[in-house]
Amino acid sequence: MEENEKKKAKTSLSRRGFLKGAGLTTAGTVMVNSGLLAFDGKFGPPKGESYGPDAVRVSMKVNGIIRDIICEPRTTLASALRDHMGLTGTKVVCDRGSCSACTVYLDGKPVNSCMTMAMDVGDQEVTTIEGISKNGELHPVQEAFIEHDASQCGYCTPGMIMSCVHLVENKKNPTLEDVKHATRGNLCRCGTYPHVFKATLDAAKKMK
Amino acid sequence: MDKRKEIFPHGIPGHNLGEIEREIPNDEPPAWPINDKLKVVGKRIRRNDALAKVTGSAKYTSDIQLPGMLYAKMLRANVPHAKILSIDTSKAERHPGVRAVHVFTSDDEGSKYQDVKYAGQPLAGVAADSLDIAKEAVALIEVEYETMPFVIDTEEAMKEGAPLVYEEPIGEQTDGGDVGVTHDGSEGKGNLRGPTTSSFLGGARGDLDQGFSEADVILDRTYRTQVHTHVPLETHGVVIDWKPDQMTVYASTQSTKGVRDGLASYFDLPKNKVRVICEFMGGGFGAKHSAGTFGPMAAELSRKSGRPVWLMLDRKEEHIAEGNRPNSIHHLKIGAKKDGTLTAIQQKSHGTAGVALGAGVGRIAQGLYTCPNFSTEQYDVLTHAGPGAAWRAPGNVQGAYGLEQAIDEIADMLKTDPLVLREKIDPSEVRKVLRQRGAKSFGWKYRPPGSDTGRIKKGIGVAQSTWPRFVNLDSTVEVKMYSDGTVEVRSGVQDIGTGTKTILAQVVAEELGLKAEDITVRIGDTIFPDAPGSGGSIVTGAITPPARNAAYLVKQKLFNQVAPQLETEPSMLTVSDGMIMHKEDASKKISMRDALRRMRTGQIEASASRSDDYGGFQQPWGLAYGDLGSVQFAEVSVDTETGFVKVERITAAHSCGRPLNISQIESQVNGGVIQGVSYALYESRVMDNKTGHMMNANVDQYRMPYAKEIPDIDIVLVEEYSARSSTDAYGIGEPANIATAAAVANAVYNAIGVRLYEIPMTPASILKALNKVEQ
Repeated sequence: MEENEKKKAKTSLSRRGFLKGAGLTTAGTVMVNSGLLAFDGKFGPPKGESYGPDAVRVSMKVNGIIRDIICEPRTTLASALRDHMGLTGTKVVCDRGSCSACTVYLDGKPVNSCMTMAMDVGDQEVTTIEGISKNGELHPVQEAFIEHDASQCGYCTPGMIMSCVHLVENKKNPTLEDVKHATRGNLCRCGTYPHVFKATLDAAKKMK
Repeated sequence: MDKRKEIFPHGIPGHNLGEIEREIPNDEPPAWPINDKLKVVGKRIRRNDALAKVTGSAKYTSDIQLPGMLYAKMLRANVPHAKILSIDTSKAERHPGVRAVHVFTSDDEGSKYQDVKYAGQPLAGVAADSLDIAKEAVALIEVEYETMPFVIDTEEAMKEGAPLVYEEPIGEQTDGGDVGVTHDGSEGKGNLRGPTTSSFLGGARGDLDQGFSEADVILDRTYRTQVHTHVPLETHGVVIDWKPDQMTVYASTQSTKGVRDGLASYFDLPKNKVRVICEFMGGGFGAKHSAGTFGPMAAELSRKSGRPVWLMLDRKEEHIAEGNRPNSIHHLKIGAKKDGTLTAIQQKSHGTAGVALGAGVGRIAQGLYTCPNFSTEQYDVLTHAGPGAAWRAPGNVQGAYGLEQAIDEIADMLKTDPLVLREKIDPSEVRKVLRQRGAKSFGWKYRPPGSDTGRIKKGIGVAQSTWPRFVNLDSTVEVKMYSDGTVEVRSGVQDIGTGTKTILAQVVAEELGLKAEDITVRIGDTIFPDAPGSGGSIVTGAITPPARNAAYLVKQKLFNQVAPQLETEPSMLTVSDGMIMHKEDASKKISMRDALRRMRTGQIEASASRSDDYGGFQQPWGLAYGDLGSVQFAEVSVDTETGFVKVERITAAHSCGRPLNISQIESQVNGGVIQGVSYALYESRVMDNKTGHMMNANVDQYRMPYAKEIPDIDIVLVEEYSARSSTDAYGIGEPANIATAAAVANAVYNAIGVRLYEIPMTPASILKALNKVEQ
């Protein structure tokens, strides 16, 4: 797959564009007009066909496991994970990309799953909060969240951890400013921020 | 009940710690020493539900998925005031995937539907195979309105001839708004209700005229606060499965008992046929005590469809319909002598809780300082807007914003350090210590207002608060020990993120000589004994004494069985590190596990309910002696070119009796402070007076602080022993939030030398204030 074609595929069905453009197709029909399925056809719908409003089969790799679901083409990744796969660790709070509670990784990069269409995932690997601990062993950030009491009600915690894990996995010796930058989109109403900062810096230190 | 005498620690370590003798019920344990000498209580113990939270396995109400479950959506009025002529659901009923439709009707004679009183009032609901289908179906419901004039603005609503929200007396409409509300809505003219002129602290006192005539300085000011909404990350909602034999309700609630009682009463069901479960709860802050309207709606839809129904509100619904902190127009006239002595406080306030009551400004002005002459008049103003609800220290946050700035202004008039003035007029012993230790930690060094130079000006401010020690006696805990040595604690109380589940494990572990992680705590389910809602900072003081007492009773039962085996008396036994030992003869011991294995029954258990405070209550319904004090210090920087205010740091000095879990208390204080900063600088419900709709009912335009706006928060915790219960512990949820906005406002004044009198202090309002200086 050509790199620019792949890029186009990833952005072709962003929810914002979808919501804007899909005003014409009120029943939720989606025209797939890009190279979305230039790969082997295992994941997502084939190129050039229109879908909806009826449910379609969507496949994606989530936390290392290939998942097949039947969902309407308008389904967001957040809804696919929560309502169709039972992966309810990912939370939906604002449902418009303003709070980061629904953060998951696509090929290791944090995205708002409420702003990503399930059909748009394609062959990108999805990682959710349920996939952060490996073989029953907590990630150092998760350990540190427990140690420093970085959860109160806990509803922002999965998204917060996704942001912080991404930081410590990609930046050595992060500073307090780095942590604030990494979590700048994560809304917490209980006010766990000070403990989130401490926990993440502590985890980064232990990972050295 | 037989009683005995016990010696308890009393006072503040490092200040006036001593001992006191109290008479206590015979079935309650001896006094604990101060925290220094305890093993589990008063320590930084890990939250026992943290693992579930950090791995995403915690199941909140919104995460509940049951076989055959339907998703529901409510239709809400899109006009603020109207009679409903008809509601046609036929198209919605025919929409593919719809399984049930329900329309709220009125019991009133002459009208089929309730009148619409605010934009967002729920009218009908649909349950369908998916949430998207339910949303589509709701859009197909046709409503014919006969619209009527409405009023949104508080001061407009107060005018004669303003459109009336209610034509008739309204009775109790409050969802627990201001604890100080003493009027019931039957008194009033136009849209005004009240006034509240007294609280449980009493009514007016002394002689105001006399007081003002004795004053050397008189301050006469009006302070204004905004309406703001709770924004819990998990919205209000339920999953209800109504089977013929039982209604099972998963609820995002601060009160499992409240939801059970509400639904039982609404549907005339016996309480034992309604089970409410709340294992994890995504934030409440005061607004989640009842079943609301979504509860009855989900139940109706479950009954009609015969299926479980998921009904969680969306973000917009949460903002417009599920609670807010009422605004305040708070007038204070205060007289003081040259030496700072207060001679008179006259308070008058108006505020709107929309279609509900509870907009008083609380008891802060009435009770915080010594002042012989006082009167208060607190009015509710009805408007066509969503109902207010309790919000972390209801009334008192608005009240403190006014009073604590007024005290600052008087200090200014008297050219004295505001901390020194408070030392003079504040009778509280614990706040004296909070001021001393807080000021030291903050590095308080008073400087005159507006004395900083340059574009970015720094300023410091201080504010104080008090919150009563409320105790709810309907608090019961059951403790069980199994023959394999495991321990289980059960109560209907819920953990809303405050850490209730963990402190229950701590007090039971301390009593049984075990570790906190040895204790399994099962709460948040009405099949367990009743416990209070999580509000008023009540829970810790209400539920931890019976938890300890029940553990003590179980331990006594175990000692009774073990004593003969060790050839001694039960009273000679004690526990430590999992061992039962003779107090004087170290050779006589048995591990708790072995002792339990030899029991006749597979388990032993005991339950206990909250007894009266040792030494009694101030008022028999559960108003305890003492208070929960706070003194908060703020440092801000104000950019005088852009108007941006940054809160640099806060020192929060607090007392909550015997602290149980230090890290959880720090978390609570951080949260209260951050919400206070947000209240002072950022958030506000913006209404369109022309349409009656909220303009920022979302997360992107409803401004709240994120990581980069969080100040450094330094917490000073003062232990205060008062020997009033077997744990002597109290909550800290509300106190953490009361003083912050006033401290920030005082600091902003100190920075720029101009006071704003209104929050939120936005860049625009700061610039406006600064222009005034130039004029």
